Amino acid sequence: MNPYLAGIILGLVLLLSFYLTGRGLGASGAMKSVVVTTVETVAHDKAESNEFFSHYLNTGHSPMRSWLVFEILGVMVGGFISGALSGRLSLKNEHSPKISSKKRIVMAVIGGALFGFGSQFGRGCTSGAALSGMAVLSLAGFVTMVAIFGSAYVFAYFFRKNWI
Amino acid sequence: MGPIIPIFEIPEELNFLVAFIIGIGFGFALEQAGFSSSRKLAGMFYGYDTTVLKVFFTAAIVALLGLTFFNYFEMIDMSIVYINQYFVNSAIIGGVIMGLGFIIGGFCPGTSACAAAIGKIDAMAYLGGSLIGIFAFGATYDWWKEIYMANPLGGIKLSTSLGLSDGVVVFGVVVMAVLMFWLGEWAEKKFRRPDITEET
Repeated sequence: MNPYLAGIILGLVLLLSFYLTGRGLGASGAMKSVVVTTVETVAHDKAESNEFFSHYLNTGHSPMRSWLVFEILGVMVGGFISGALSGRLSLKNEHSPKISSKKRIVMAVIGGALFGFGSQFGRGCTSGAALSGMAVLSLAGFVTMVAIFGSAYVFAYFFRKNWI
Repeated sequence: MGPIIPIFEIPEELNFLVAFIIGIGFGFALEQAGFSSSRKLAGMFYGYDTTVLKVFFTAAIVALLGLTFFNYFEMIDMSIVYINQYFVNSAIIGGVIMGLGFIIGGFCPGTSACAAAIGKIDAMAYLGGSLIGIFAFGATYDWWKEIYMANPLGGIKLSTSLGLSDGVVVFGVVVMAVLMFWLGEWAEKKFRRPDITEET
């Protein structure tokens, strides 16, 4: 699809989210719910004594009972529908011909871990902090956006073989 | 008048259904934009594919202009709409770490969920990694707490910090976005290469 058209659709979805719920979109928050629930199930006492995890447990209901968890389930369904319509459903490990399949998986796990860590540090990821934040003119949104993209540009040179 | 759900006290179950449906739209738009491909996403940082820039800034200005007009015509009560809390240090440090994760991993959390849904194995690995990263932050929270909570400025807006009206800043953001679209189109011509998603 034309990227500007896809952007308009994404913008309208974001606008609808604000109009209906008063909040924008998000992603890392749903993953945090999964982590907090897992820690609570595996090590209840540790979760209760940890200030970060317990903050999300003392709400009177399961962390999985959250708006973002249902939204991310929708993202997977929406992505699947789009992939099916455009003939892009296939099990595939995508990587540059210059690196091995195994290296790509290792880099994906490391990159995911850094992004997950950073999303908690920065109170939200590209969707929740940068995109939704910019839509309401929040200074935090603009600063996070510049920090994410600026840092990726700065580090891009060192990882060029993984992509080009 | 919006936002509908908090104002009309819509039951939680219905709110979750709304979340699911909005999520479907979100995932559909991300996948149609081509964000289910890590090499396409990474292309943004080498200039050969600036789809990320085009989609991201088009979406931001559509929502920004939409909210501005809704507010102007009193269709939404912006005092109820959530404005992200700004903690100076953590926003910058978190953003820099996320940028590094982006260029190493090739996704951000939302795009990885979308790509995993169409069968991308690297996206599934990335998702697993992001759970590890979130756990690591929580488990070591005591180490970061001080800097995480440092310099809170609350839900401050860009317009307030610049001392300008919202309208002027919205106009400025739109002009900047158009300039970046032009830059993106130029970069794609300069750094052109064959369609990367077709390579194996």
